[in-house]
Amino acid sequence: MHRTSLPLPIVVVGHVDHGKSTLIGRLLHETGALADGKLEAIREMSRKRAMPFEWSFVLDALQAERDQGITIDSTQLRFRTRKREYVIIDAPGHKEFLRNMVTGAAQAEAALLVVDATEGVREQSRRHAFLLQLLGVTQIAVVVNKVDLVGYGEQAFARVAAEIARYLAGLGLKPASVIPVSGREGDNIAAVSPRTPWYRGPSVLDQLDAFELNSGTADRALRLPVQDVYKFDHRRIVAGRIESGRLKVGDRLIFAPSGKSAHIASIEGWNRHAPQISAVAGQSIAITLDDDIFVERGQIASRAGALPGVFHDLPVRLFWLGRKPLVAGQRLKLRLATAEHWVNVTRIERVLDLDRITWHDGEDVPPNGIADVVLHSRSAIVADAFADIADTGRAVLMDGYEIVAGATVRRSAAEEQAAARNITAVAHAVQREERERANGHRGGVLWLTGLSGAGKSTLAMALERRLFDRGWQAYVIDGDNLRRGLNADLGFTPEERSENIRRAAAAAALFAEAGTLTIAALISPSEADRARAKSLGGEGFREVYVKADLATCEARDPKGLYRRARRGEIPAFTGVSAPYDEPASPDLVVDTSAAGIERCLEQLTEFVAREFAAPSERAVSAGL
Amino acid sequence: MSDLDALESRSVYVLREAFRKIKPLAMLWSLGKDSNVMVWLARKAFLGHLPFPVVHVDTGRKFPEMYAFRERYAREWDLDLITGDCPPVEDMDQTLPLAARLAARKTAGLKQLIERHRFAGIIAGIRRDEQATRAKERVFSPRGENCEWDFRGQPPEIWDQFMTEFPPGTHVRIHPLLHWTELDIWRYIQRERIPLVELYFARGGKRYRSLGDRDITFPVPSDAATIEEIIAELETTKVAERAGRAMDHESEDAFERLRVAGYL
Repeated sequence: MHRTSLPLPIVVVGHVDHGKSTLIGRLLHETGALADGKLEAIREMSRKRAMPFEWSFVLDALQAERDQGITIDSTQLRFRTRKREYVIIDAPGHKEFLRNMVTGAAQAEAALLVVDATEGVREQSRRHAFLLQLLGVTQIAVVVNKVDLVGYGEQAFARVAAEIARYLAGLGLKPASVIPVSGREGDNIAAVSPRTPWYRGPSVLDQLDAFELNSGTADRALRLPVQDVYKFDHRRIVAGRIESGRLKVGDRLIFAPSGKSAHIASIEGWNRHAPQISAVAGQSIAITLDDDIFVERGQIASRAGALPGVFHDLPVRLFWLGRKPLVAGQRLKLRLATAEHWVNVTRIERVLDLDRITWHDGEDVPPNGIADVVLHSRSAIVADAFADIADTGRAVLMDGYEIVAGATVRRSAAEEQAAARNITAVAHAVQREERERANGHRGGVLWLTGLSGAGKSTLAMALERRLFDRGWQAYVIDGDNLRRGLNADLGFTPEERSENIRRAAAAAALFAEAGTLTIAALISPSEADRARAKSLGGEGFREVYVKADLATCEARDPKGLYRRARRGEIPAFTGVSAPYDEPASPDLVVDTSAAGIERCLEQLTEFVAREFAAPSERAVSAGL
Repeated sequence: MSDLDALESRSVYVLREAFRKIKPLAMLWSLGKDSNVMVWLARKAFLGHLPFPVVHVDTGRKFPEMYAFRERYAREWDLDLITGDCPPVEDMDQTLPLAARLAARKTAGLKQLIERHRFAGIIAGIRRDEQATRAKERVFSPRGENCEWDFRGQPPEIWDQFMTEFPPGTHVRIHPLLHWTELDIWRYIQRERIPLVELYFARGGKRYRSLGDRDITFPVPSDAATIEEIIAELETTKVAERAGRAMDHESEDAFERLRVAGYL
């Protein structure tokens, strides 16, 4: 019988000497996975060292491990039950080898947490449990090992079982079962043992078979990180692995953070019987595009309406594997999917106390510690929250040649609240098409970005007037006006500016959904904030760069702000003491220092007619 | 996606990562089943091309069938083939058992080749299920200046973020087949119709499961004369794949010592 699915990867974790390797050796034996002669070889090794038969020698294959009696690295071995095949990853329990435990556990879909019945929960039991949760391994069973040493007593078992269950509950984890086991004697491993008549099951093997194979990420939003671009002949071929979602020939892909888009012209292959027209998560593919846009390694392709986030300040939870403590200000290299960014650790928000699972303020993160930090990057980081799309929501940090941390992207406070409240969108009774028919045009967001004094508000108001006079539903969302109401609680720190823009974008998206052509006029200096606005605005979002050089804007100075900024009265004023990221690929540029306001308004009006007129109206829209 | 597709996709990802990050790069072609699968996967990754050389470290003691295979498919697959010979057995560590000493020649030959061509990366077709010390390997596995493997200080390897930058003077072994099993290899050979040296198929009640030097590699009893029969045999066997490779069995740690010194 040939298997058609991959084996279930499981990891065995727990404190040093609690009997992980012994349990695995036993599992391999009970499932008939050991090659002929292996048992005899282990018997011989044990005899030579004057030890009783030592099951863990199966895994501790390296000489050094046999002599010291500890497992140094994670090892991968396979066995098969009647139901399916498993890859078992033995994770070391010794503290020095946490990096290897993480290496092992990062590949697992389910975990056995081994706790010694005579010792109970220890430091590494807690640390490993927390790391499992952090790595996203939520299918966990607890094995309370060495119950032979407590006389197979129910009381002793129940005490340890309650202790670990309490700790896991604090992490939001619920073990699928807590199993009393003797690895050395083989109780409750392949079958429920008569020596623990008070325990009804399941056995370890029953429990493994009850775990579920990860259903995959094919039904999530499309994420295709670009791995490389090949030019073996005249064609440019984009190579990468689909991390989530699916795609087909003809789909329009948007590449973040550039925002450039093109359609898939073909999926390339070699030694295939028929041309490939579609692909899903997990597949390494190579595609050609219908448009010669600039694509490079590190970009992530996705589809309109479900774009990834773009960040300059990335909130992450990290586990620190470095040898010295991590401190704020440290410069490291972030690797997320295929992208690399230089980042600064700008803030250590809180550090975990593993014993009590409580968070506290901290100046640094100790080796093997866990903390919430913020990473700042000059280049735009494309990412998702780990809880939403794991593969593009996790990263490693490098210091020199070494991986010194693993990190998962946290949700923003707003996303967290929405998720916590189980908020789901409710469908409207009026369809978008009906609104479009009634209005004679599509709703959408025209996002005007540019320096203060570039002419955004002037143009926005003039455009609103003109569109309204011609029967359009049009409305201006102005940054300054919003601060009088919806955003009255916000100041001017970088975080508050970013939140100001997020709220403006969310409000604009609502107006657009209601059918209005919404003109948003905000300086919005950061590329990351604009990318987020674009993602909130969806398909009807168009970015317009209202361009004017700094000298022109400063000469105009309609609100007197440049004068005050030059005198130092306004901190971090865009263009003077804070940067403005020029849009990399805006949908339209209107240059108010080169052309008069009237000409720019003409340009905007034509663009709106082209982009937002209802299909039937488009023919006559020239008259708008 | 079938399990073979998933295995293939992962190997393609690893090969593309190596090609992008490591230069100059070469692939070991031992002429065995695994390395033929590896060449095949590289052509999948690079759409029929093989954008780096393949290296055959020649002990001079391979089977004649293997040399014939090399000449034919180097031409047919349009490979950029580099061959290198190995120093005599007398130059090897005399404390190693005889067969291991013979195998150590290959390590020495490989070191010479790496030095001569200044390869920063060597792609090798080892698998975790072959042997216990190989089970401990990383996909991107750094080697010291003398090719030695520091199994205690291996880098973390999480979420397919591989170690692709190294201090000068060191090189990296890349293992795109690490997650495959012997059975996976045969099922893939069957699906893709990948050519093989005839010695794998049983003649007169014996066949080779693993190919090495002719004087230290022995056939195992088998009647499996076709790919289908080999697959059926592997689904029930409990004989280890490298049972016919003498150097693995001379002493408890012989193979481990070979690997720490840089053997594949």
